[in-house]
Amino acid sequence: MQVAGVRVREAAGLRRRGLGLRRREMVMGYVMLSPWVLGFLVFTLGPMLASIWFSFSEYKIVQPPRWVGLANYQRMLSDELFYKSLYVTVRYTVVSVPLGIAMALLVAVLLNQRIWGARFLRTIFYLPSVVSGVAVSLVFAWIFNYRFGILNYILSLVGVHGPDWLGKPQWAPWAFVLMSLWGIGGNMIILLAGLQGVPVVLHEAAQIDGANAWQRFWKITMPMISPAILFVTIMSIIGSFQTFTQSYIMTGGGPAYATLFYLLYLYRNAFNWFEMGYASALAWVLFVIILACTLLALQVSKRRVHYEGG
Amino acid sequence: MARSVRRRQRLFLVRRALVKVLVYLAILPMAGFIILPFAWMVSSSFKPIGSGIRFPPQFIPNPVVFSNYPLVFKTIPFLTYMRNSLIVTGGVIVGELLSSSVAAFAFARLRFPGREALFILVLATMMIPYPVVMVPTFVLFNLLRWVDTYLPLIVPAYFAPPFAVFLLRQFFLTVNRELDDAAKVDGCNEWRILFQILMPLSKPALTTVAIFSFTANWNDFLGPLIYLNSARKFTLALGINYLRNFRGGGDLAPQMAASVMFVLPCVILFFAAQRYFVQGIVTTGLKG
Repeated sequence: MQVAGVRVREAAGLRRRGLGLRRREMVMGYVMLSPWVLGFLVFTLGPMLASIWFSFSEYKIVQPPRWVGLANYQRMLSDELFYKSLYVTVRYTVVSVPLGIAMALLVAVLLNQRIWGARFLRTIFYLPSVVSGVAVSLVFAWIFNYRFGILNYILSLVGVHGPDWLGKPQWAPWAFVLMSLWGIGGNMIILLAGLQGVPVVLHEAAQIDGANAWQRFWKITMPMISPAILFVTIMSIIGSFQTFTQSYIMTGGGPAYATLFYLLYLYRNAFNWFEMGYASALAWVLFVIILACTLLALQVSKRRVHYEGG
Repeated sequence: MARSVRRRQRLFLVRRALVKVLVYLAILPMAGFIILPFAWMVSSSFKPIGSGIRFPPQFIPNPVVFSNYPLVFKTIPFLTYMRNSLIVTGGVIVGELLSSSVAAFAFARLRFPGREALFILVLATMMIPYPVVMVPTFVLFNLLRWVDTYLPLIVPAYFAPPFAVFLLRQFFLTVNRELDDAAKVDGCNEWRILFQILMPLSKPALTTVAIFSFTANWNDFLGPLIYLNSARKFTLALGINYLRNFRGGGDLAPQMAASVMFVLPCVILFFAAQRYFVQGIVTTGLKG
């Protein structure tokens, strides 16, 4: 009886200890996440809420925000530069994202062949991704130079008189698209990893059934890597809407606002003209557009994207 | 019979060789397009002043001139800018590794209510475009009187940036749990398990986070542009763009010399740690 009593007490103690451990784990979990939570509140959620408030205010930093209702959004409706920058950015996205992904996929497929030097070539294609930014913009500004740039020099070798890439409104956007193709390496690596994950067995089986390479690509490879394609599409759209450095350095938004990207216009409103309220409204419109594009991509992909075991 | 088999075999080999030739024909011009700006940058950095406005452009500098590099140091305080960039990148990397490891540990190893929801929230914050929070965070740092210091660029990294949390959490999940159970039996608390067992075992993942953080912050232009006003506090990214405002700095050759010196650390890092770059992209890109 006594022995049993001891056992019962021991068991209760163990249970208590177990509960204590679990509670301790819980407390530790919250303690360890507290920096993230704090950062989220101070640097993400707080600013987002403040941004909504600013977007309904007139706020020029020196004086506290003054509530103006929808005035900032109304102002946008009659702001030609808002339309222009939106148009420039959307057109750039519509052209450069599909083109860039097609190129990235092409390069990934080629590098997925068993060819000598594939690893080295992969390195070359990825290299631009680690240096992107200021230096690249400086180099490309010279490459696109109308009279002395190498692009027009190479074109002249094949008898084409190259345009004034960065000086003419009808050409400058294309210079930016061309430049964006230089940075396809990151997407290419993701797609290549996707390609390498396609089981060889599937291809072999299809080959035995008489499917040619073209059919195998569209019926096996594409469905298998469709999640990767969806991912790079969404990330590219998000990135493309935030194009900034190139236009700030190479053209300053010109000529005739032909490369006035949305973020550059937002930046100028906020930090050159201190229109913090208007800039916040612009930021929210950008956010809604990016969100809509992401949801659209997810919606379109619902029927087309194949998930393993899903 | 044997002959026809051999013929078919030869046909197969010829076809395969042909495919390879086609692959090279397609890929080499594209690789050339990628290399060209790099080659142009390096070669132009050794050209005499004034060669930016020469037609036809020279691919191989003649004469080879080394004076552009000293010229950069004379025109802008290049070493100061480099030190500033190192302060920012170093500060960010330390903060990001420490804070993200702690958060990743909680997500990978501890059980508590709301863990999954919080993790989804972490992933969701990755999708929030910087412009949305750009203005209010500036207002906040302005109130704190942090504008024109490095704090706005460094401090946010001490609050577990989501990309690093995600990457490290994925890695911690692959580390055998029995190790920390054994340590727990021996009386180790969570901090010691994290810092003395898990983190030493996670060097590849930590390296990946560190190099991505390095290139991202070394190349960052918008952040320093917003927060740094005094010329002496510029990071390199701002500084080499600033070069254009000086007499002699508007020329091709010194700009390219500065660019070469600016991209060199990232390029060296890339070649030294290529494996980690690829791993990082694939982990965060695909294994959602």
